[in-house]
Amino acid sequence: MTTKLKLGDVARLTNAELLAGEEALDFEITQACAADLLSDVLALVQDEGVLLVTGSLAPQVLRVAEVLGLGGLLFVRGKRPTEAMCAYARQASVPLLVTELSMFETCGALYCEGLGGARRKRFPKDYPDDAS
Amino acid sequence: MPPKEKLLHRRVFILLPGNLEQAGSVSGDVRRELVALGVEQDIVRRAGVVCFEGEMNIAMYSEGGRIILLVADDRVELLFSDRGPGIPDIELARTPGYSTAPDWARELGFGAGMGIPNMEHQSDRLEIRSRLEGGTVIRAVFRRGRG
Repeated sequence: MTTKLKLGDVARLTNAELLAGEEALDFEITQACAADLLSDVLALVQDEGVLLVTGSLAPQVLRVAEVLGLGGLLFVRGKRPTEAMCAYARQASVPLLVTELSMFETCGALYCEGLGGARRKRFPKDYPDDAS
Repeated sequence: MPPKEKLLHRRVFILLPGNLEQAGSVSGDVRRELVALGVEQDIVRRAGVVCFEGEMNIAMYSEGGRIILLVADDRVELLFSDRGPGIPDIELARTPGYSTAPDWARELGFGAGMGIPNMEHQSDRLEIRSRLEGGTVIRAVFRRGRG
């Protein structure tokens, strides 16, 4: 049984600092995905409102968040995005959080509260008979 | 086969070589334009992902290129074209996990060999044409009105 968590709950459970997205604290996170490999995130996440737990500070993390409509980015191990990244995130309405916890501890804390993992669903190509 | 619907929107994005900091930014623009045009949410998301993967491929492997976005009542299309080394073996490039990405791309979290497989999964039709020492052209089609 999985549950949804508000972004503010995610911040409280992981003792995270909110760097962007103060207006989104009541936003409901539907699922979470933990990865540093952005290729995997692009292949896996199919719903809007997913939380990405990551240790990657590449600028492309924000672009991936925008393209996928992620519910927020939670940086682990105290990795802080640059002020330029924070400014971009505010303009793009992507909430940013940073926690001192490791990725393992972060995922554990959120999983124990019932937050489910993002799962790959079916794509159009998975329906070979429907390719009209 | 029914005639194609008239185009509602056409936009060309030019990608300059070596612009790593901006790599991935066109996909955000494409997403915003599709939302503004009232395209279905599922297609907005899939086209955004395909655009991102195609854009990163152009950034990683080519000497620059362009992306054309076409929107009609019955479909959305993304056309990627670049100048560059081309793809020596397209079937191999379609294999999940196969990658020739440079180290800098791997450090950014790319180069897992999922780019073209992911583009194929997320689009309704994907065509790849490539010429060695010439460049690559990819056409991705998303059919609208499928519920």
